[in-house]
Amino acid sequence: MSVDRENAVQPILQVRDLKMHFPVREGLLLRASKFNKAVDGVSFSIAPGETLGLVGESGCGKSTLGRCITRLYQPTEGQILFQGQDITRLPARTLKPIRRDIQMIFQDPMESLNSRHTVGEILEEPLVVQSMGDGASRRKRVVDLLDLVGLPARSVTRYPFEFSGGQRQRIGIARAIALNPKLIVCDEPVSALDVSIQSQILNLLIDLQQELKLSYLFIAHDLAVVKHISDRIAIMYLGKIVETGPGESVYLNPQHPYTKSLISAIPVPDPHHKTQRIVLHGDVPSPINPPSGCSFHTRCPQATERCSQQMPVLEHHASCHEHVTAACHHI
Amino acid sequence: MTDPILQIKNLITEFDTDEGRVRAVDDVTFSVNAGETLGIVGESGCGKSVTAQSIMRLLPQPMGQIVGGQILFQGQDLVSLTLDQMHKIRGAKIGMVFQEPMTALNPVHTIGRQLAEVMLLHKKITKQEALRLSVEMLDKVGIPSPDIRMAEYPHQLSGGMRQRVVIAMALACQPQLLIADEPTTALDVTIQAQILELIAELQRDMGMAVILITHDLGVIAETSRDVVVMYAGKVAEKGTVTDVFDKPSHPYTRGLLASIPRLDTPPKAKLAIIPGMVPGLLDLPKGCRFENRCAFRTDECVQVQPPMESISASHELACLRWRELPAVDSRSGVTA
Ligand SMILES: Nc1ncnc2c1ncn2[C@@H]1O[C@H](COP(=O)(O)OP(=O)(O)OP(=O)(O)O)[C@@H](O)[C@H]1O
Ligand SMILES: Nc1ncnc2c1ncn2[C@@H]1O[C@H](COP(=O)(O)OP(=O)(O)OP(=O)(O)O)[C@@H](O)[C@H]1O
Ligand SMILES: [Mg+2]
Ligand SMILES: [Mg+2]
Repeated sequence: MSVDRENAVQPILQVRDLKMHFPVREGLLLRASKFNKAVDGVSFSIAPGETLGLVGESGCGKSTLGRCITRLYQPTEGQILFQGQDITRLPARTLKPIRRDIQMIFQDPMESLNSRHTVGEILEEPLVVQSMGDGASRRKRVVDLLDLVGLPARSVTRYPFEFSGGQRQRIGIARAIALNPKLIVCDEPVSALDVSIQSQILNLLIDLQQELKLSYLFIAHDLAVVKHISDRIAIMYLGKIVETGPGESVYLNPQHPYTKSLISAIPVPDPHHKTQRIVLHGDVPSPINPPSGCSFHTRCPQATERCSQQMPVLEHHASCHEHVTAACHHI
Repeated sequence: MTDPILQIKNLITEFDTDEGRVRAVDDVTFSVNAGETLGIVGESGCGKSVTAQSIMRLLPQPMGQIVGGQILFQGQDLVSLTLDQMHKIRGAKIGMVFQEPMTALNPVHTIGRQLAEVMLLHKKITKQEALRLSVEMLDKVGIPSPDIRMAEYPHQLSGGMRQRVVIAMALACQPQLLIADEPTTALDVTIQAQILELIAELQRDMGMAVILITHDLGVIAETSRDVVVMYAGKVAEKGTVTDVFDKPSHPYTRGLLASIPRLDTPPKAKLAIIPGMVPGLLDLPKGCRFENRCAFRTDECVQVQPPMESISASHELACLRWRELPAVDSRSGVTA
């Protein structure tokens, strides 16, 4: 099930058969009789300096996976290895240095930025927590960070609500890079930005990566963006990875039927272009009640009897590009 | 059905801040027809959301004020309405999808309660009916197990699910005008297509007009008839989608189209950018707002604010030099 590449270098991150099941409380007694299997057996690894792009249907578990890796959630099962060290169950005390090395850029900046603090305080906080530098050097660092993400120095005295959505997202990015981390989980980091700032931020993330050998887990819905920044792409569906491979091949030659429908639905910025979308029919399954067999079979145009009974394994197929893996019975 | 349902004329919106008054929206004019979609794009911070908040009269109080212009909705000027009158229009006649779903959702109430409340507020139905319609609406926006989700709180939903809940709330009362601020940014392309189709369906069936604010120029190209390009509080260029995408004429629009990563750009190659930064609202330039980043700037651009001029019956822009600019490759916005 591993999607590791043949790679002599020790991966910065290895995720093994990770599961995150949330209890679903129902009825008068609010007993947890069911589970929301948000992440259900995910394995992959990321090399130093590498970007793994993660794409998938809304609600398929991408943010949850990111929150497990940054240890905001305690995974139900499986292992997370950071630079070879198992951090899955490390207590908060021993986690502190790792909290510096693994950062996250959050999807909804409104949710992650404390609205009672000024931008200066928000950006200085991680530096204080990790006792980096004195007051003056920290304040200089804050101004440098703002400059890096294209915000004026006078922003330090202002509050998050005084900014536009895209400006707030850049504050989140500045906070994530404040401590020179080794791995950043980027959860939709640029979807709130207009394309000209998006391209500045993508260029910035790529530059930082080259300078600092940063690794990214890059979650996004914009496939052109993901393809641009990623070395490899993983496609997720209902808690599982269904396809992985180099960006080019996932795009030009998608293998899994879900990947095919995704690629076909990309809107093209040209009013004369007629998109030939593969429209999915059938029930959108729920992670609370996942279908038997292949979880995509309820909507898959190619599904057969076997698909509803037997779960396909994520593996390499002889007919595919050498670094591609896919979980489908019909390849 | 080509009567404008909404006409915005010379809208000016300002904020009081600790450092003085800032003008976030400056002399913005555009209109939307019933049954049609108008897209708004522009630099982050250029005033798109503030324009939407102005139409809804939901500017943060007391800092935010409409200081000039008109917002004519079905001929009635919303700027002059009392808050009570506005309250009746909001939700019932004009629906709004907010950019960050968490700003529109109450973290301590369940999804079901929040949806049902919106319906009860504007429709004469029983609580039972409201709950049933809420489940139906969640199902329509593609949320699986909608009945179970009704009992959940916003933090238990994924980003895209929250966004769809907010869309369901805005569509619940079948408004005549929908203002959608980045409604699909948190959605994958297949669900995005599904939501856009749902909106298109309501447009066909009920003649709903839509203002779609989005950074995704692909979405604009697929859904909108007209597009407004904003920069630093002002309209830089507007026209039909074909006008603007085929003949991007303002240097900012061209820069925007050129910065889109395309499927055929090589991985990790440097993307085209528009050099420099948008001027802050506290230190806006005297002349053209784009002047400090524009490759075609002259002394006149620094001194004089460009007026809106017509290129054709449906295509307008604010640039002193548009007649002299080199032709562009219409597909990428790149200067040929
Ligand atoms: N409450 C406020 N107080 C002061 N300034 C504000 C306030 N709200 C918005 N602004 C300013 O008004 C300008 C326009 O903001 P707006 O939210 O409309 O931008 P936007 O075009 O929607 O950007 P984005 O694409 O990033 O969402 C920004 O410069 C912002 O800093
Ligand atoms: N704190 C939580 N408690 C309970 N359930 C949760 C929690 N966080 C996420 N979930 C559930 O886990 C599933 C996956 O959610 P997640 O946020 O990981 O999706 P996602 O892939 O990031 O989607 P999106 O693209 O919409 O952001 C969803 O069914 C969601 O309701
Ligand atoms: Mg998410
Ligand atoms: Mg906005």
